[in-house]
Amino acid sequence: MAPQLQFRNVTLGYDRHPAVHHLSGDVGAGALLAVIGPNGAGKSTLLRGIAGILKPLSGAIDLCGLDHRDIAYLPQIAEIDRSFPISAFDFVSTGLWRSTGLFGGLDLKARGRIVAAIAAVGLNGFENRPIGTLSGGQMQRLLFARVLLQDARLIVLDEPLNAIDAKTSKDLLALIERWHGEGRTVLVALHDLDMVRTNFPDTLLLARGPVAWGPTKEALTAENLMVAMRMCEAFDDHAAACADDVATRAA
Amino acid sequence: MLADALLAPFADFAFMRRALAAVIALSLGGGPIGVFLMLRRMSLVGDAMAHAILPGAAIGFLLSGLNLFAMTTGGLIAGFAVAILSGVVARSTGLKEDASLASFYLTSLALGVTIVSIKGTNVDLLHVLFGNILALDDQTLLLVAINATITLVVLAVIYRPLVIESVDPLFLRTVSRAGAPAHLLFLVLIVVNLVSGFQALGTLLSVGLMILPASIARFWSRDITPMICIAAASAIVSGYVGLVVSFQTRIPSGPAIILVAATLYGFSVLFGRNGGVVRQLFPAPHLEA
Repeated sequence: MAPQLQFRNVTLGYDRHPAVHHLSGDVGAGALLAVIGPNGAGKSTLLRGIAGILKPLSGAIDLCGLDHRDIAYLPQIAEIDRSFPISAFDFVSTGLWRSTGLFGGLDLKARGRIVAAIAAVGLNGFENRPIGTLSGGQMQRLLFARVLLQDARLIVLDEPLNAIDAKTSKDLLALIERWHGEGRTVLVALHDLDMVRTNFPDTLLLARGPVAWGPTKEALTAENLMVAMRMCEAFDDHAAACADDVATRAA
Repeated sequence: MLADALLAPFADFAFMRRALAAVIALSLGGGPIGVFLMLRRMSLVGDAMAHAILPGAAIGFLLSGLNLFAMTTGGLIAGFAVAILSGVVARSTGLKEDASLASFYLTSLALGVTIVSIKGTNVDLLHVLFGNILALDDQTLLLVAINATITLVVLAVIYRPLVIESVDPLFLRTVSRAGAPAHLLFLVLIVVNLVSGFQALGTLLSVGLMILPASIARFWSRDITPMICIAAASAIVSGYVGLVVSFQTRIPSGPAIILVAATLYGFSVLFGRNGGVVRQLFPAPHLEA
């Protein structure tokens, strides 16, 4: 399987502090990969790096010929200002940014696609509702509708199933399954291990560095999970030491 | 009789016509800017920037008297200097951006008042602090109109990225590089509109015709397009009524305009369709679904 995504000893982080440390490996085209790990393991950071929001501190992420803008990225719901006065329809329509750009209008066909995407996530009739009036689950469905419109070969979803009820999870997982079936490459950051075991063929277990990466059954062992937990804590100690260092020098 | 009171001042006096034209131009540019300031939670940034432009305008005044072009250029330079400096201080030290901006604009305001009083009289100082929309000459009016035109054109260009950057900044960064330039241009537009407002309403009130109409609009619409229209319209109404009131009662024009806007705001807080007090106290019966 040809790779769609190659990590070449990549380190990502903020203010020179690594959040993803020396990651190497390939994600094959058409793969369905779960990215899991404890809080602070670098899942979101890695996905931001792939989406081009964050530049690597060192190393490189090779998209194998894909432009950053051809990736569909679904941010965490907390990053969105849901009090902004914009309708569900207008919000989803931004998924067509690549074809409309700054000034392009929406013709009848594009409007049809937007309505169809909203219907595909089960939100018919919500087109004119301000996004502030949607529930958490409905907002998440709306984000999936936008990803649908983006029609991307590489799809990156940052914790799309947090605090989502069983019915909605099932619907959204079916969409992910559908994208997988269409041969798209899909990376999903998740917390629910059972969900990963039943739905995702491959798993990357992250704890700043990669702990395990491969078929889900082999990656998600009790030992690996324990190692991941400990690695995160060890790195926190290290960060505290660095801060001390600065403080002593300042004094 | 009533028509006389409402129309005669403008039919009879050229300075009233100029003032009305200026206030309409200010409203058309400042209304939309105010809505974005409010939605991006930058209302107080606008206020701070209004004070920040004072020393620049004052230096312009010092060098060439009440010359509009000099004062405007000075104001633009000072506005950007404060915006950039406070950004740099906030990023390179532990100081938060709001505290840093506050320090700079307070310094600016003190500096500006000092500079004006070195050369000018108390009348000049009053002019700088509160403006005088009734004393606008043709040249100033033209400048205000040009600024409003620039504002609307640039806003049309950066509208989409500005909206999406406000709702979902991370998503915008994955599909376009327009986010940062749009934000920067927006800052420029804020300063440009403040400089316009500065001529008419003075440093202390120029931001009033941006923020009050935007706050009014928030109570009447839940979509950004009507919100912008309502903001511009209520600014124009405040301007017109304020000028008439000022003409008939000798209340200074700037404060009269802002007080009329404040009255509209108070009415909106009480009776607004979205979150107005009365609506909350006496809600309509709930719906089936």
